Amino acid sequence: MSILIDSSTRVLVQGLTGREGSFHTQQMQAYGTQVVAGMVPGRGGSEALGVPIFDTVADAVASTGADASLVIVPPAFAADAVMEAAAAGLRLVVCVTEGIPVLDVVRAVGYVSRTGTRLIGPNCPGVMTPGQSKIGFIPNHVGRAGRVGVVARSGTLTYEVIQGLSAAGLGESTAVGIGGDPVLGSTFVDILPLFAADPRTEAVVLVGEIGGSDEERAAEWMTATGFGKPVIAFISGRTAPPGKRMGHAGAIISGGTGSAQGKIDALRAAGASIADTIEDVVRLAGERLGAQLLPR
Amino acid sequence: MKLLEHQAKRQFARAGIEVPAGRLARTPEEAAQAARELGRVAVKAQVPIGGRGKAGGIAVVDTPEQASREAARILAMEIRGYPVRSVWCEVGLEIAHELYLGITLDRERRRLVLILSAAGGMEIEQVAAEAPERIAKLWPDPLSGPHPFEIREAALAALAHAPALAAQRGRLAGALVPLALTLHRLALDTDALTCEINPLALSAGGRLIAADGKLEVDENAEYRHQDLAAELARDLQGDDGRTGDDPFEAEARRRGLTYVHLPGGTIGCIGNGAGLVMNTLDLVKQMGGSPNNFLDIGGGAGADKVRAAMEMVLSDPDVKGVFINVFGGITRGDEVARGIIRARDELDVGVPMVVRMTGTNEEEGRRLLNEAGIVPGTSAPEAARQIVALVDGEPTAGPSMGAV
Repeated sequence: MSILIDSSTRVLVQGLTGREGSFHTQQMQAYGTQVVAGMVPGRGGSEALGVPIFDTVADAVASTGADASLVIVPPAFAADAVMEAAAAGLRLVVCVTEGIPVLDVVRAVGYVSRTGTRLIGPNCPGVMTPGQSKIGFIPNHVGRAGRVGVVARSGTLTYEVIQGLSAAGLGESTAVGIGGDPVLGSTFVDILPLFAADPRTEAVVLVGEIGGSDEERAAEWMTATGFGKPVIAFISGRTAPPGKRMGHAGAIISGGTGSAQGKIDALRAAGASIADTIEDVVRLAGERLGAQLLPR
Repeated sequence: MKLLEHQAKRQFARAGIEVPAGRLARTPEEAAQAARELGRVAVKAQVPIGGRGKAGGIAVVDTPEQASREAARILAMEIRGYPVRSVWCEVGLEIAHELYLGITLDRERRRLVLILSAAGGMEIEQVAAEAPERIAKLWPDPLSGPHPFEIREAALAALAHAPALAAQRGRLAGALVPLALTLHRLALDTDALTCEINPLALSAGGRLIAADGKLEVDENAEYRHQDLAAELARDLQGDDGRTGDDPFEAEARRRGLTYVHLPGGTIGCIGNGAGLVMNTLDLVKQMGGSPNNFLDIGGGAGADKVRAAMEMVLSDPDVKGVFINVFGGITRGDEVARGIIRARDELDVGVPMVVRMTGTNEEEGRRLLNEAGIVPGTSAPEAARQIVALVDGEPTAGPSMGAV
């Protein structure tokens, strides 16, 4: 088992013919993801990368039975693309686009919340269930099917954690990059219950960073529900000065909230092991699972 | 993008919110002229940060001569690093009571929040900490916007703790409804992440007037508000080209680089991905060093971008060493290696460098670096320890990894 996606997931790519869209569609196809359709307004009826292209998401769903989508379109069009996917009844929408105006995201998240659709992102690297499927741009070679669930705000650190867990022989059940924006479709507390319910996930690595209070809410949730699986947490941005946006739109300490230390303290109090480095993440995951790690 | 007070007030006025009459002055003569036209005025420094009153950046004057003198004094000031380029000369108000009305992003609720308080004139965070019952909030539905009844309820709640306003409570709540609706509409129209009237003055005549204004526009939405961005850039810049922003950060913005300066640090830090670079800074600090900057070259960066990043980091003479930490995902290790080698060859890199590289095409990247005499590491903490040792001149254990 896994969460969010598996080998049966049928993926529609919104923005398939763009430069980024076509590159990452090919990467997904190479990984084994079932890409069943593309959606590009004005190109309906054509074909690209071996899949049919549709003018609307509704058409694509009706013809191909797509149940998930990747939104990989420029920032000005991304919120509308997300809402169109939700309106068409897709189960899962992964939006990787960076730089969407925040109030567009607020509107899209408000819209999606009235539907049964789950939104991951925006400004995220996507989701990977190693050996089965990926949506987004987590590099193909890093994952390996295994025991640890990964949920992270940072893309590159997601890859690093996955590579480390894979090299050590622990592997991942599913890795979810939730994104670096201030407003997200899914936060830690939306993903942790899925890992809680997934029998193949034996431990969870949570990668947080400065800004907002999603890590604190995750800690509260862990305490309130008695989350039984080991959690290893890694928080970046301990040296970040207040009031500065550190690359991610959401990575900013403002008005006394969002510091790394506050998140570390909250997660530690909730029973998480705190890692200072990626090497530590892997070592602690091994320890908490009582697993013998492969040498690097 | 934080607008200056006079720019925010122009937006308010355009939207139909009453603001005091005022004139912008860039010289003492212009301030004197404003006083001649308007009479008694407040001369207010236009800087994109708070605390100007305490710093002496606001003066109330009665005559054109005083206006000229005070404007000359304020225009010569620098407030927390920001040179004062202009003053806003504004008609003084007879204020009966100071209220608060603001809209900002509530990340946790994933919505805008509309905040009302009868305790205006001080930081709303302070009110929230000291007397939370004096604040009323509502989170408008992002699809429908706030409904009048919601605002009326919030206004009545906020006014309940202001005995001085008891007699006018109903009338004020009624007046706050259209005002809050207008401010919400303005926030949406300008992509404002903060849109605040503090204080919202209740005049002696019973009118609600925006005595101060704050408006911060979402940088992701700047493409929709290029007129505002251009106006702001023009107003902040003096004849010397300085804006008061950190000059290195201003230069990085011009070059399209995602860069944050930590003045005084000695180790330049470059990497790909915001989380990874933040962690790079953390590791340097953890090993006893002091990072000079955050520079994210992003996903899919080519050799040119790496070279540009190196050049940017080395432009601060405080930088005594450079730490490059790259995970090859979309960014290919060999591309990054080529950029590093080119930068070293083309720029006069006179400081030690440590490169840590893993991921896509890492073997090819390492081969290239090796051939060029740069030994790449694979462990980030080890590489951080190495650069700190090289910069701080302490003896290091192990092979001299990555030193150029």
